[in-house]
Amino acid sequence: MAGAEGDDSLYPIAVLIDELRNEDVQLRLNSIKKLSTIALALEVERTRTELLPFLTDTIYDEDEVLLALAEQLGSFTVLVGGPEFVHCLLPPLESLATVEETVVRDKAVESLRKISQEHSPVDLEVHFVPLVKRLASGDWFTSRTSACGLFSVCYPHVSSTVKAEIRQHFRTLCSDDTPMVRRAASSKLGEFAKVLELDYVKSDIIPLFTALASDEQDSVRLLAVESGVSIATLLPQEDLEDLVMPTLRQAAEDKSWRVRYMVADKFSELQKAVGPEITKNDLVPAFQNLLKDCEAEVRTAAANKVKVFCESLPEDSRETIIMTHILPCVKELVSDTNQHVKSALASVIMGLSTILGKDNTVEHLLPLFLVQLKDEYPEVRLNIISNLDCVNEVIGIRQLSQSLLPAIVELAEDAKWRVRLAIIEYMPLLAGQLGVEFFDEKLNSLCMAWLIDHVYAIREAATCNLMKLVEKFGAEWAQNTIVPKVLGMANDSNYLHRMTTLFCINALSEVCGQEITTKHMLPVVLKMSTDQVANVRFNVARCLQKIGPVLDSSALQAEVKPVLEKLATDQDMDVKYFALDAISGMYPFISLTFQHISSQKHFHSPLYYPLQFFFFNKSAKMSTILCFSVNMGSNGCNITKSEKLKGV
Amino acid sequence: MLSPVLCSDLAALEPEYTEADVISTVEFNQTGEFLATGDKGGRVVIFQREPQGEYNVYSTFQSHEPEFDYLKSFEIEEKINKIRWLPPHNPAHFLLSTNDKTVKLWKVSEKDKRAEGYNLRDEEGRLKDLSTITTLQVPVLRPMDLLVEASPRRVFANAHAYHINSISVNSDCETYLSADDLRINLWHLNITDRSFNIVDLKPENMEDLSEVITVAEFHPHHCHLLAFSSSTGTTRLCDMRARALCDQHAKLFEEAVDPSRQSFFSEIVSSVSDVKFSHSGRYLLTRDYLTVKVWDLNMENKPMETYQVHDYLRTKLCSLYESDCIFDKFECAWNGTDSVIMTGAYNNYFRMFDRASLRDVTLEASREVCKRRAVLQPRRVCVGKKRKETDVSVDSLDFRKKILHTAWHPKENIIAIAASNNLYIFQDRLTPNGHHNTPEIQSAM
Repeated sequence: MAGAEGDDSLYPIAVLIDELRNEDVQLRLNSIKKLSTIALALEVERTRTELLPFLTDTIYDEDEVLLALAEQLGSFTVLVGGPEFVHCLLPPLESLATVEETVVRDKAVESLRKISQEHSPVDLEVHFVPLVKRLASGDWFTSRTSACGLFSVCYPHVSSTVKAEIRQHFRTLCSDDTPMVRRAASSKLGEFAKVLELDYVKSDIIPLFTALASDEQDSVRLLAVESGVSIATLLPQEDLEDLVMPTLRQAAEDKSWRVRYMVADKFSELQKAVGPEITKNDLVPAFQNLLKDCEAEVRTAAANKVKVFCESLPEDSRETIIMTHILPCVKELVSDTNQHVKSALASVIMGLSTILGKDNTVEHLLPLFLVQLKDEYPEVRLNIISNLDCVNEVIGIRQLSQSLLPAIVELAEDAKWRVRLAIIEYMPLLAGQLGVEFFDEKLNSLCMAWLIDHVYAIREAATCNLMKLVEKFGAEWAQNTIVPKVLGMANDSNYLHRMTTLFCINALSEVCGQEITTKHMLPVVLKMSTDQVANVRFNVARCLQKIGPVLDSSALQAEVKPVLEKLATDQDMDVKYFALDAISGMYPFISLTFQHISSQKHFHSPLYYPLQFFFFNKSAKMSTILCFSVNMGSNGCNITKSEKLKGV
Repeated sequence: MLSPVLCSDLAALEPEYTEADVISTVEFNQTGEFLATGDKGGRVVIFQREPQGEYNVYSTFQSHEPEFDYLKSFEIEEKINKIRWLPPHNPAHFLLSTNDKTVKLWKVSEKDKRAEGYNLRDEEGRLKDLSTITTLQVPVLRPMDLLVEASPRRVFANAHAYHINSISVNSDCETYLSADDLRINLWHLNITDRSFNIVDLKPENMEDLSEVITVAEFHPHHCHLLAFSSSTGTTRLCDMRARALCDQHAKLFEEAVDPSRQSFFSEIVSSVSDVKFSHSGRYLLTRDYLTVKVWDLNMENKPMETYQVHDYLRTKLCSLYESDCIFDKFECAWNGTDSVIMTGAYNNYFRMFDRASLRDVTLEASREVCKRRAVLQPRRVCVGKKRKETDVSVDSLDFRKKILHTAWHPKENIIAIAASNNLYIFQDRLTPNGHHNTPEIQSAM
């Protein structure tokens, strides 16, 4: 420890400073993250004259350290003496803006943009703009790409001569030799256009945009599309046709599918930017072409936009355009060869029914829904089912129910457990829309079958599904239809099914209410406390804890407490643990006869902590066999709830 | 035609060598200032050109280590199959190196400063007496001896089921491709956890397999074009603009086989072992076992030029098949102006063909004949009787000595030749007026 003469308060800071250059990256990183503490201790003067010069030269470090440094410096203004001295932060950020790692550069640019706001107009011209110019004319493309993101923040605050220089620099970067710089310029073009005066947008930006949009590199052209959308929002309507549309039209028909994909992906923004007239004349045919594109990726992106595009069409001609132009394309896409296209369409097609109204939906859309419900790919069917509510509002679901049922049954029995899982999640929604009779008649048996699925994730989802169904249909329905079946499983020979009964009770007790829980469920749970499988017994303890709040205190005292007390003396340590846990958990409900035991902390068995325990603490003593399957494909992942096999 | 003079023979210091020392790839960077070699031991050696023109070792690092795939139960060799330099970013240099399964991006950088001044320790690392610490000291950077470090920046793994035979950086400088026997994947240089499969030749049933990919390369200027060649002797050009999957080629370069010359070995010897785009981007150079061909991208049905590399082996294919030599994969190279092409042969010979004058030359790279500053003497292989003293008979060729890997400086007449564990760098001897043709011998040894 520090001697009597030394300054004790310096010690922690001295350690932090020394660790700025520790061999261990983690320690350096920690130190960089506490850079503000170091700066505070050094005070503003020494921070400016010693710390920052050191940091400026340490750009050899690991990326993660540099990233942290770039982030820290963005909020360092106060620590160097306030806005008056904010320019001192420029040198280290400048060197960070030239490193080869993109994330570091981007962070440095972000921090530079942030501190540019803290510069006075004079400082901007004296310090910030020269930095931007240096970066813009740097030898390496890394610095020039960084410069592209900085023009827009200083432009509005500088004099008109400097503005002219900035525009000139930006122009130069737009025709840089390296595609990396042109990409950066292309992606920042829209942002830069926003801060420019309208005349310059027309005289400077439009030619640059046109040039970038016909660059030889696909990757430059595709970035120009997004900028084109931003530029279109800035221009008055009458200029759009001449200045932007020729280029955008060309982009929509670009030879490269990646550029067309970008157009499809940005289509709704584009539609908003150019207004209803151009939409009608230009975008509708362009959109038709994209929906018929030869590349599936493009069709997928366009299919995703069908609903939004149709919604934003001008109201007076919306229906006609959809019926005559869009719908024919949509009809073709329904039987596309590519599953991703069909599935993208299936996720939005139902939305068209609200736009087109009842008659059109019945006549034109319904046949398409029916085709998609029979599609060979489960994802397509699922997407239709998951959006049923849109159709329900317009025509009622009855129209579909005949086709719906086989589709649901098929998905419910799909060999892939993820598909089964997905359809279970839509069950409550379907039940609500189809009504209780239809449900009882057709779907109830499916819901019960899932409870004995061989994949844990399905059984778990099935119990959760039951709870939601009861919320919809009420406790009485539960008592008549599902509770008897659930309780029946308590006598199953498979311990996993017996446990499912307990899990169902966990989920159902609250929604079913006190009466059903006490009268029907509790006896079954209590009976299972003598099960020969330890897993069942400790789940009884957990179940009792869970349903405790639903029961009245007399039942707790008279029935639950003796069982838990018995379980607390079980020979299995885990059963014991959960029984004690349950007893202490029921503090408000049970008089504490076991207080002395439950306070013993060493009962906290590590085994039933969440799963990461297995992975992170390999040294744990595991006396029992853990049974889990990691085959995600066919059996699902039982890992999340390890099922302990013992005494079977 | 080039009259090469040995300027450096770098790896050739030890006459005895192990298998791990055998050079498996040679590649100049974009400026020609650096040259990288990879060997069967997984090492990468980088040479830098000194101001006087000689190449000296700049950095050596272990790029790949031998691994064992426990799931499939096979060994993954550390041998470097290909090296490709990235266009210069910043003062550091970046290169991709690959073995059979994993591509790595390396950064080779210089460090000439180090921090000095600890608060709690002196420069030797001894703890200071804490009572002496009364003020905080910020470290300062001081110059030190130049240190060249190579650090792995990215590891692109787990994307290839078969052996990677090529990597190629796209002209957009943000993507590259890696090709194995059946598939070509497209990667983003910043993203290691996913790649896109753009070509897949794997048939539903592996018994229907009729060809494998031997090489793949991007066009030097057009980011959407790539060429790949196959074991059946075809080279395909794909346009990535047309669709996301490039299974359907845009062009297929294939020469009709002359039925009179067809034999059991026809298909084996027609397998393309290397493909190089010319610097202009207009031509394709392909190497098969016996010939090297120049194709115009605009003419698919036959090559513009065909050069016989060692036609005298045509009668010896049977014994070459038995010794597996027939499967050797020779590389080929263009000179900086696309006027001369070079490729390797057996007996430590390599061949150069001048496209304009149609002259060709056979030269030998071996320790015995390569003396510093001496112009290499042309060699001649004769089939029948020796006509000259220096002629070599076909029967006395050493098929264990082969030059598979060659590289040509992107601008100047400097070539790098890898012969087993030796790397020879030859330079055209310039006359004072800058012409390239002085056959006289200069010995500086």
